[in-house]
Amino acid sequence: MTEFKINASGLGYHSLNNLIKEYSARGPGNIKIENVFGQRYIGAGLESKVRIEISGTPGNDLGAFMSGPDITVYGNAQDGCGNTMDGGRIVIHGSAGDTVALAARGGQLFVRDGVGYRAGIHMKGDTTKSPALVIGGSAQDFLGEYLAGGVIVVLGLSHDGQRRHHGRFIGTGMHGGVIYISGGLEEHQIAGDAVASKAGEADLVTLEPLLTDFAGVFGYDKEELLSNHYLKLLPRYLRPYARLYAPGGHETAPDR
Amino acid sequence: MKTYFESRFTINRDRNLCINCTSCTRQCTFGVHYYDEKGELKSRDENCVGCQRCVAYCPTGAITIKGNLPEAASNWTREVIRDITAQAENGAVILTGSGTDKPYPIYWDRFLLNASQVTNPSLDPLREPMELDTYLGKKPDRIELSPEGRLITKLAPQVKLKTPIIFSAMSFGAVSLPVQESLARAATQLGTLWNCGEGGLHPGLYQYHENTTVQVASGRFGVSPGYLKKAQVIEIKIGQGAKPGIGGHLPGEKVNAEIAATRMIPEGTDALSPAPHHDIYSIEDLAQLVSALKEATNYEKPISVKIAAVHNSAAIASGIARSGADIITIDGFRGGTGASPKTIRDNVGIPLEFALASVDGRLRQDGLRNKVSIVASGGIRGSADVAKAIALGADAVAIGTAALVALGCQLCQQCHTGRCPWGICTTDPALSRRIDPQKGASRLVNLINAWSIELKEMLGGMGINAVESLRGNRDELRGIELNEKELSILGIRMAGE
Repeated sequence: MTEFKINASGLGYHSLNNLIKEYSARGPGNIKIENVFGQRYIGAGLESKVRIEISGTPGNDLGAFMSGPDITVYGNAQDGCGNTMDGGRIVIHGSAGDTVALAARGGQLFVRDGVGYRAGIHMKGDTTKSPALVIGGSAQDFLGEYLAGGVIVVLGLSHDGQRRHHGRFIGTGMHGGVIYISGGLEEHQIAGDAVASKAGEADLVTLEPLLTDFAGVFGYDKEELLSNHYLKLLPRYLRPYARLYAPGGHETAPDR
Repeated sequence: MKTYFESRFTINRDRNLCINCTSCTRQCTFGVHYYDEKGELKSRDENCVGCQRCVAYCPTGAITIKGNLPEAASNWTREVIRDITAQAENGAVILTGSGTDKPYPIYWDRFLLNASQVTNPSLDPLREPMELDTYLGKKPDRIELSPEGRLITKLAPQVKLKTPIIFSAMSFGAVSLPVQESLARAATQLGTLWNCGEGGLHPGLYQYHENTTVQVASGRFGVSPGYLKKAQVIEIKIGQGAKPGIGGHLPGEKVNAEIAATRMIPEGTDALSPAPHHDIYSIEDLAQLVSALKEATNYEKPISVKIAAVHNSAAIASGIARSGADIITIDGFRGGTGASPKTIRDNVGIPLEFALASVDGRLRQDGLRNKVSIVASGGIRGSADVAKAIALGADAVAIGTAALVALGCQLCQQCHTGRCPWGICTTDPALSRRIDPQKGASRLVNLINAWSIELKEMLGGMGINAVESLRGNRDELRGIELNEKELSILGIRMAGE
């Protein structure tokens, strides 16, 4: 595999992305980018199956719209990481900002530590693709808002073994997908649109491959992660607004 | 002398249906229905107040009442009564389709176009070349030429339209696939653009990619790198004239297998577009999405930002022009919709005419007009509206409802039900087949060609031989029935001035 090195120091995002595009056009390769300092849109829209290793702090919209690359960040990511991501993988050895994986429809996003507000908002999947967001630490409010598909897992590993999550409004407006939270939640943290239950054996089909990868990437014990108790949030309604609308009074209302 | 009160209502009783149950005689408190001495059911029409109680309680539907309560002058129109009744029944938001039918003033009809007489010659478009070519995209502040006259300045991406009329965004789901195919084929034949809306792009329409605008809306349906690459223009949909400030909900029953695949969601689920984009809470955030899309598509495509015409459109447009966007689409409050809460459609937003004039004026004032092209949409009915919109400051106009009318739409406003008998606003495959894309495209081509000829005639009459000389040329407009304030906002003078 060809290896490329980029020193991002002093490079604007456009120049940096141009180099990435140039290298990734040369076939499968490993692109190492050092001294990243807030450059936005790294890997945006990239379809090539390249490996990108980032040292430093990438800016907003890391990997937006991308479908191919496997991006690893040695540092923290900022807002909009994995925005409308279509495929590929983003691994963050640190924490990430707000709206992580916004509207993602495929691929995987692993964050070792915590994430900001509205993580996984409006992720969606279908029979061909389903995104996964695994958060090692915890998440701020509105996790999985409008969730329409895919899987979100929150491990709470940075909570000194206590696994207490402080985020509120979890699953607001969710109408698809599933959220797993290790360590449980207080009732008031869960939005009315979500229904909580204990995860069981059947959920291992989803959890096992994700947690195996997550443990492998960050050096955790897979069995330990799998032995946690997970709370599972599912949408209360698949069609939350089915009763919100009525046709105009000039015609017959359909049966409800 | 005899006093005569005209009966306001006429009772019709279908004798075949009437079962003499006496319900009407009991329900009426004004003694309209009665049995005469021979035991025959009769009515005193002059007593009827039109309350419809007997109609509602007639078990066989035998009674109809002709005649109307005075409606136009009333606060309580039949429509208001129907809506209140329906909401009392179901406690829900009333949905409707197409553009508002409320009698707001149509300002296009208060503008008059100029023509040359004596002092400058009018041109005959049938004899002389007339230019309708329009380029959408960011124009440079200045251009640099090499000594040999070659252009050195690197231009931002431009999309060439052979006529300044494009098709508005109408998603697969809101309209049927044959409608989209009609639009796509017509746009290709005409050398203009169609817009797939926010519901993704069906693979069957990829072949029309050279004339396709794709949308990135808050739901991000069907957005993939491939989708972005299948576009001439990428449009960030912020708002829509028929429903400014709110999102969209495509109900699960419309999400059949093909819609689901195109939107990239499971079959039968609601497709929810949130009201805002959750990565856009500011102009800076908008700039970020514009840049992300440009980075993702190598700066090869103009990025459009579509907003609804609202109170602060001018300031918003100024921000959009600074965000790096190449095109601003302004959708006026008369714009159509596949489904919108009626109260939003009929009460939110402002007329396109005012928004367009103030946006164009503000961008000029800020020295930003060349940074963006302006597309005006929302209720454009004919070539005169096109000419007036361009004179008011638009680079091009987009038509939605007019295009659907060309395909058979009669504005029955039932788009939201998905049961369009013309096969236009439906996802039912059987109904969709009522539109033949080939014939549909040919009707659309005819329509746009006809408007283009008329536009050339109007331009020629003004002594102008290129549509770009009409752009923002408000001197070619005069107002009638407009007050000082209206004239000042529109930036035009009164007829006779």
